[in-house]
Amino acid sequence: MKAWLGKFKSLLMLSGIALLLAGCGKENLSAFIPKGPNAETSLNLIILSLAIMIFVFIVVMLVYVIVLVRFRQKKGQEDYIPKQVEGNKTLETIWTVIPIILVLILAVPTVTATFELADNSGAEEGLNVEVTGNQYWWHFNYQGQEIQTSQDMYIPVGEPVYLNMASTDVIHSFWVPSISGKMDVNPENTNTMYIEAEEEGVYWGKCAELCGPSHSLMDFKVIAVSQEEFDQWVSDMQNVDPEAQPEGAVAQEGQSLFQENSCVACHAIGSSPVATGPNLTSFGDRTTLAGVEEPTKENIVDWLLNPEAMKPGNKMTGNYPELTEEEASSIAEYLMQLQPSEITPEDAGN
Amino acid sequence: MSSAATQKRGFGAMLWDYLTTVDHKKIGILYLIGGGFFFLLGGLEAMIIRIQLLVPENDFISAGLYNEMITMHGTTMIFLAAMPLLLGLMNVIMPLQIGARDVAFPFLNSLGFWLFFLGGILLNCSWFLGGAPDAGWTSYAPLSVQSPGHGVDFYVMGLQLSGAGTLIGGINFLVTIVTMRAPGMTYMRMPLFTWTTFITSILILFAFPALTVGLFLLMFDRMMGAAFFDVALGGNAIIWQHLFWIFGHPEVYILILPAFGVFSEILPTFSKKRLFGYTAMVFATILIAFLGFMVWAHHMFTVGLGPVANAIFAIATMAIAIPTGIKIFNWLATMWGGSIRINSAMLWALAFVPTFTIGGMTGVMLASTVADYQYHDTYFVVAHFHYVIVGGVVFGILAALHYWWPKIFGRILNEAMGKIAFWLFFIGFHLTFFVQHFLGLMGMPRRYWVFLEGQGLDTGNLVSSIGAFLMGIGGLIFLINIIYSSVKGEKASADPWDGRTLEWATASPPVHYNFKQLPLVRGLDPLWIEKMEGKGKITPAEPLDEIHMPNGSILPLIMTIGFFIASFGFIYQTDHKAWLIAIYVGMAIALGAMLTRSLKDDHGYHISKEELEREAE
Repeated sequence: MKAWLGKFKSLLMLSGIALLLAGCGKENLSAFIPKGPNAETSLNLIILSLAIMIFVFIVVMLVYVIVLVRFRQKKGQEDYIPKQVEGNKTLETIWTVIPIILVLILAVPTVTATFELADNSGAEEGLNVEVTGNQYWWHFNYQGQEIQTSQDMYIPVGEPVYLNMASTDVIHSFWVPSISGKMDVNPENTNTMYIEAEEEGVYWGKCAELCGPSHSLMDFKVIAVSQEEFDQWVSDMQNVDPEAQPEGAVAQEGQSLFQENSCVACHAIGSSPVATGPNLTSFGDRTTLAGVEEPTKENIVDWLLNPEAMKPGNKMTGNYPELTEEEASSIAEYLMQLQPSEITPEDAGN
Repeated sequence: MSSAATQKRGFGAMLWDYLTTVDHKKIGILYLIGGGFFFLLGGLEAMIIRIQLLVPENDFISAGLYNEMITMHGTTMIFLAAMPLLLGLMNVIMPLQIGARDVAFPFLNSLGFWLFFLGGILLNCSWFLGGAPDAGWTSYAPLSVQSPGHGVDFYVMGLQLSGAGTLIGGINFLVTIVTMRAPGMTYMRMPLFTWTTFITSILILFAFPALTVGLFLLMFDRMMGAAFFDVALGGNAIIWQHLFWIFGHPEVYILILPAFGVFSEILPTFSKKRLFGYTAMVFATILIAFLGFMVWAHHMFTVGLGPVANAIFAIATMAIAIPTGIKIFNWLATMWGGSIRINSAMLWALAFVPTFTIGGMTGVMLASTVADYQYHDTYFVVAHFHYVIVGGVVFGILAALHYWWPKIFGRILNEAMGKIAFWLFFIGFHLTFFVQHFLGLMGMPRRYWVFLEGQGLDTGNLVSSIGAFLMGIGGLIFLINIIYSSVKGEKASADPWDGRTLEWATASPPVHYNFKQLPLVRGLDPLWIEKMEGKGKITPAEPLDEIHMPNGSILPLIMTIGFFIASFGFIYQTDHKAWLIAIYVGMAIALGAMLTRSLKDDHGYHISKEELEREAE
């Protein structure tokens, strides 16, 4: 028994140290490392509530330990009958009133913050993006700008961006932990929220509402760049020529395959509002393929040949003519050249 | 004598006895067996989930199967394991605690059990018939409406059946406690476990209809072409969330209040002190139950209800911390100054205090709306509700099983094995779930089939899985303990723990009529009062006379089988209209059984005075 306990202790130590090494999670993903005012407000409330709770826990544990040390039945005391206490008005009042005060301490900033974060008054002048959740990808329509993108959302740093969110199928939830808490994306109404990044960076976004088999593969990025870079990106995106010829015969072959095989029916290039499938305008700049995979040519070919293997339950499988490996390779070559803007995720610093 | 008679009869006779029984103790045992079976299933599903999440980007099971696994794990644990295990304990113990001979409606009691059990079997049939439900245990529309195959149909019909069983059970307990308390057992003398059974039954009565309505709407949408949740046709998907959580939040208290009741029995018994602040405990229970209906939208802070609704529900939720805090401190004060004996039952109760305190505290943290925008639907929430439901409810059930096992089965569970199982499970539990608080905030949403490499989530998930295996081993040792103790366990006396309440005043296991003469109750903790006054025996409230008992009946099982068959008809009639026959046949069987029950007089039987006198020897 003792040896077993010793082993357990070392296991505990090991896992404790490992936890410390893992730290508070990955930068630009973890809610512990806020990079925007909303995430900061949330973290402050988390810390406040945690502090109150740790205080309560310490009090409870103190009494608990004293009870267990002092009031264990001792040898020879088996027949001892303790005094039967009914209750104690003073004590009971104390442990009713103090929690009420503690709850109030937490309630006031909670309510204030709730209204603060719901304040959308700047939306009229600000940058508005229509966010659409789809099984299993995200679409971003920069309202009034004639810009459509999917999966990667570029925003200017230090400025609130107002999101108007709805879903085309089931409920999704838009979450970029290091910038802001989440908001559901419903099929029946438009939810609004704003996000703001205080630093340039590529921020991980995740879907947080179960939406089908590939729920865990519905990642996206919010790419915060400087105001000048953002303006540049806007003008680049507004001047995309969807018909532009790619370089090299293989890619050109890919482009015509892309058009002949009805890929264009679902995937727009440029600012066309078609969004049956992800908009591919800046596909070549994306940091990931299908949300989570490395955007290598090999992976793109694999995706084109069998999307089901990468993203179970996706809507593309079976809805396009079968491709040979060679055809898929040409299309991949073409897609990888879709880099219309000078501004890429690399400009966001990581 | 009765147990000797049972042993002489063959297995077939015993099976028939259990299939037709209306004895609350046997039905309680059936609930424990049924709930225990589903608990093992749910535990197995949990192990599969944790194997899948052992390492990043694992492909132990496919994405679709993973969603089925999490859905069935949650649904099974809540509806088919935790609740039936508690209903089983209530069934056996509550009538004994109030000095009654049975529940008010023994026939309905049996019907309630069979509806639960066959409902659970129906739900699990989906595994073999094209796939289990995969829209999560919350089954949010429109995902649940659009889910292909029949999985969600099985969810709807299975829960509808078992939900009806639970509702019947709740009404039964309510009537029993209102009408059948022994002479002198006033409301404010009822043991806390009976009180929590009473309040829980009220919660069941008001909460389950919301689920029933929601399930009916989902059934109409999926099986009959309605469009309640179809936005394109003018429906509203979010209404499902409201219906589900108007049921779902009280459901949490349906689970935790009986566990609170258990601890309020065990802590006084093993501290040799009466419960501190009994009145406050009763009113705290009532207040928690009342507030429990006012807070459902805290599950929906991110739905977009707006700041006013969010703020109101945040504050209502925080308010629940106050009565819960009162309870925690009253339990501590109960032990303060006592003479504490620690055995397996008490260990579980002692482990509950800090564990549930953590779970309650993270509950308050979750109530803080803007903080919840980060916690919501992440592993933080998974950690929170496992601290509450495992640390509260499962610890409570395990404590209760060790505590009342001698009363129910007449044998004491092995202490050594009990302690080993406790430590493995307890340590495993904290390893599994504590780290998940951090995983959530580090960016891991719940219900994720895989987590990616290089996002700092590997270590936490590994620790969590190791903990889960420890819990699994602990659970298995508990199972071995049950088998071992039922063969070789020490025989229990009527009052093995120096108990305080009425259930310890009758034999272990109790005779089928519980009390030869109904007991006279002279205060809170009636048995303790008699012991302190030197008698050690309860004064009877009536002279020895013949006892009226209900007859057993196979009709509840037949009725349920009818509904079971009809359920298959409802599920499959969307494929082929020939399945309508199953609906007709099933409903004919069920209604026929009801008609038989209504028209056939059954006055029960009497145990004569002479027989009772003979049994005294």
